Amino acid sequence: MRLRLVLFAAGALGLGAAYFAAARGLPPVGGYSGAYGEVLNAVSVGERHATDVVSAVNFDYRGLDTLGEEFILFASVLGVATILRKQQGDEEDRNEPAWQARQAPDSDAVRVLGVWLVPLTVSFGLYMISHGAVSPGGGFQGGVVLATAPLVIYLCATAKTFLRIAPPWLTKAAEAIGAGGYVVIGCLGVLAGKQFLENVLPLGTPGAAWSSGTILFLNLTVGIAVAAGFVELLAIFIEEVLRRET
Amino acid sequence: MSSILAWLPYAVAGWLLLWGLYGIVKSRNLVHLIICLVILQSSTYVLLLAIGYKAGAVAPVFADMPLGTPAVDPVVQALMLTDIVVEATVAALLLALAVQVYQRAGSLDPRELVRLEG
Repeated sequence: MRLRLVLFAAGALGLGAAYFAAARGLPPVGGYSGAYGEVLNAVSVGERHATDVVSAVNFDYRGLDTLGEEFILFASVLGVATILRKQQGDEEDRNEPAWQARQAPDSDAVRVLGVWLVPLTVSFGLYMISHGAVSPGGGFQGGVVLATAPLVIYLCATAKTFLRIAPPWLTKAAEAIGAGGYVVIGCLGVLAGKQFLENVLPLGTPGAAWSSGTILFLNLTVGIAVAAGFVELLAIFIEEVLRRET
Repeated sequence: MSSILAWLPYAVAGWLLLWGLYGIVKSRNLVHLIICLVILQSSTYVLLLAIGYKAGAVAPVFADMPLGTPAVDPVVQALMLTDIVVEATVAALLLALAVQVYQRAGSLDPRELVRLEG
């Protein structure tokens, strides 16, 4: 352990020195002078009718990167499912006793809070997904917010309720539809005789929810994929915990 | 004062990076190690946001302000979003591996996992 710390200290000193030298070459914070950000801020509302420039960058100007990003998420969910499924032998059966063992919490306060929280998180998540092109938010953020609704249900009801709200077939289908839908929307551009992921749909009025063409629909597919992926992860880890408790 | 503020975000990013590394080196629990990795990666968020920040500028969202208002760089913010997604997926995958390690070896201490089992 001592040797390891000495080695770390030497490495950290070197890394720190290199980082310090590199940071000294950067412009001071607040003195940003890059070209691309200015260009995008100037043109994205006019070109893409998207008032949230970050979404315009993610889902249009570098939409191909986000396709890769979505498939990283997809692969990770797949990886977790594979790693944790191996021990169960056959196909997982979520009707196994483990899922029935967990009782709803006794506290009325927890259950009432859940009744209030679930509609709030669902509507806020849907709002964030559908307004990604207009205001801060988008498919990734909204999808995660949406995925917390089944978790709240799990925390203030039984595990069976969680399964009824988010059955495995539904999350798996939604994950596949979300990931595949991105590619389908990208192909619209090819069908229109333009480039893959080119924004070929009507752009609408900037600032309206129904605007920005493919950015809106790409946000929807990403939102579905992210929400389904996170619920799937939750289900896998919850199952793991429950199996340990019984 | 302003000169300190002009370099503080870079210092914070370096600080998070080095302490995250220190935590990984010192870690005696795989879950702790994964959280250290998450902290280490959060240094990149600070660095990206610091690079794109422009003094006096607003967020690059023009829903309720006129076009041409000085706004910070949207490219690094989009990159940071990618960064967060990747971090979440990496953490989920590593945590699954930690669960599997615990089931196989009965321990989360990296020092007890040094022997290879064929």
